[in-house]
Amino acid sequence: MNDRTKFMLKQIAFYTFIFTVVAWIVVPLVVVTLYAFSSKLDYYDPNRIVPLHYTKQWVYTLLFTLGALDAIKNSIIVAVLTIIISFALGIPAGYAMAKFIFPAKDTIKLSIVALRMFPIPVMAIPLVVLYIRLNLIDTLLGVALAHTAMALPFVVLITSSIFAGVSTELEEAAMVFGLTRLGAFLKITLPLALPGLAAAAMFTFVMSWNEVFVASVLTLQHRTLPAQILSIMAGASGGAAPDYYKFAAAFIMILPAMLFIFFARRYLITMWGITLR
Amino acid sequence: MVEVRLENLRKYFDKGRVKAVEEINLTIRDGEFLVLLGPSGCGKTTTLRMISGLEIPTAGKIWFGEREVTYLPPKDRNISMVFQSYAVWPHMKVYDNIAFPLRIKKYPEDEIRRRVRWAAELLQIEGLLDRYPAQLSGGQRQRVAVARAIVVEPDVLLMDEPLSNLDAKLRVMMRAEIKKLQTQLKVTTVYVTHDQVEAMTMGDRIAVMKQGKVLQVGPPVEVYSKPNSIFVATFIGAPEMNIVDVTVKETDKGVVLEGEGFEVPLPEDLGELLRNYINKTVVFGIRPEHMTIEGISEFLHVKRKARIEGVVDFVEALGTDTIIHAKVGSKIIKVKVPGHIPVELKKEIGIIIDLDNIHVFDKSTEKAII
Repeated sequence: MNDRTKFMLKQIAFYTFIFTVVAWIVVPLVVVTLYAFSSKLDYYDPNRIVPLHYTKQWVYTLLFTLGALDAIKNSIIVAVLTIIISFALGIPAGYAMAKFIFPAKDTIKLSIVALRMFPIPVMAIPLVVLYIRLNLIDTLLGVALAHTAMALPFVVLITSSIFAGVSTELEEAAMVFGLTRLGAFLKITLPLALPGLAAAAMFTFVMSWNEVFVASVLTLQHRTLPAQILSIMAGASGGAAPDYYKFAAAFIMILPAMLFIFFARRYLITMWGITLR
Repeated sequence: MVEVRLENLRKYFDKGRVKAVEEINLTIRDGEFLVLLGPSGCGKTTTLRMISGLEIPTAGKIWFGEREVTYLPPKDRNISMVFQSYAVWPHMKVYDNIAFPLRIKKYPEDEIRRRVRWAAELLQIEGLLDRYPAQLSGGQRQRVAVARAIVVEPDVLLMDEPLSNLDAKLRVMMRAEIKKLQTQLKVTTVYVTHDQVEAMTMGDRIAVMKQGKVLQVGPPVEVYSKPNSIFVATFIGAPEMNIVDVTVKETDKGVVLEGEGFEVPLPEDLGELLRNYINKTVVFGIRPEHMTIEGISEFLHVKRKARIEGVVDFVEALGTDTIIHAKVGSKIIKVKVPGHIPVELKKEIGIIIDLDNIHVFDKSTEKAII
């Protein structure tokens, strides 16, 4: 085998790998989208893979009759609240982790992550009891708080690595030229950390958007989208839902998350004439 | 413009385990360009950071004129600083970077414009005001950092190895420019460097530091010609001063420094200074440029000379100078002669020493005797 063939084979292997990875992500999205709008007959026709007749009925029914639209609103509120609360708590912690040396720093860092070892179901009953006492049961704030508890460790770790990447000298320069430490943080470090923070926000949003267990346990009337869909699919309205509803539900779940990432993404790529991580 | 006074300044890190700065007493005169010179880890940057307020001293006081600033936050000290990494903010255009200190101090917008133009012209970066720092070269970024530092007319200008990230040619150019700028602005300046050439060429005075202490403070020429310790003597000058152990002997020719394979008879006045060291070991120091090779150049301007013998071991031809490594006894003595001089290896040579420029140090305290 000469060098040229070797090179070609390597190229083929490389592109095969890329293709597989992309297909792994794209194929389910395509399938979900196709079947979400497939007519009933086309869906159940065993000789047909790609449906030919389309209908918006399933998505419409889910959204308007079965309460998915309200659930989407709830989900967005919960996700945004989660981002706000977990950032308000996590950014100072992440900053401290990145810039200061203090006793038991490593232990604290480890215990933050270790919190995630506890399976959520173990905490479900105590959480419900606590929430009933605090009047937080079946509220969006309650769900957001629970999601914050789940997202916070990651927000702390991600933001700490983002802040560690912003040179301390930049902040010190701002302090020398007339700002307080807080001022320097707000004017210098925060804008420079924006791309990283956008990534952390995306992560938090998707985590909250997808979380089904806590949301199902803690809410009844004010369900988030996954919880609402779970109850629809599991047959809260009498009997399990037909398959095309499941695809329509999946489509409804994927779309807003995709849109959010699409818009947050621009903050990740190019700013101030430099390409940032 | 103020005088800066450091009183018994100390800084310990890690609960006293690391003594970065120990007992510094130093007065930087109004309008003076003072260079803190020392190897890495000697505490020079820590000292600078304490003057800036970015670091709070463990003990001691810092005075700006009659005002004590020891615990004042940096923003209330009216200082400027040029950082080693320039610390030019990447998310602001050059104009905004330079204008930033003025905006914080709430200058009116037209005054800001005027001052930014002034600083940009001074540093020849008028054409770059619309760019982001990422679009600039290292040298240009450095100029932006300096422009930002002078635009507010600070009381004290602090520079932390500002030239160390530039290439050699640019460094030489910026060295002269910064010095000129400082002379023009008459701002009290503290400049940290480990480069002795920078210190020699830029400083009104040099403070040589080692392990958290200031060993010697003085004008460059004084620090060069009258180093008070072995450390200062060897740290300043390139190639560095030759250092050899010798014994002080009293002979019929007077006082003599006796080393392995050579003997340097001293004139009476110098011998007198070594009266207490007869038969003791001391450290003899002589700079390569204060010696010459017999037959190659004559030290006509030198009145008092001594001659020792050696064998050529190695020759460094630099073009402008030739550095001859001569083996004297078992030691290598470096001799610097101007110009390109072809010398044969292994040749026996006579080395002429300028006795008015010799140094003798105490072996145990390492302090200068002569």
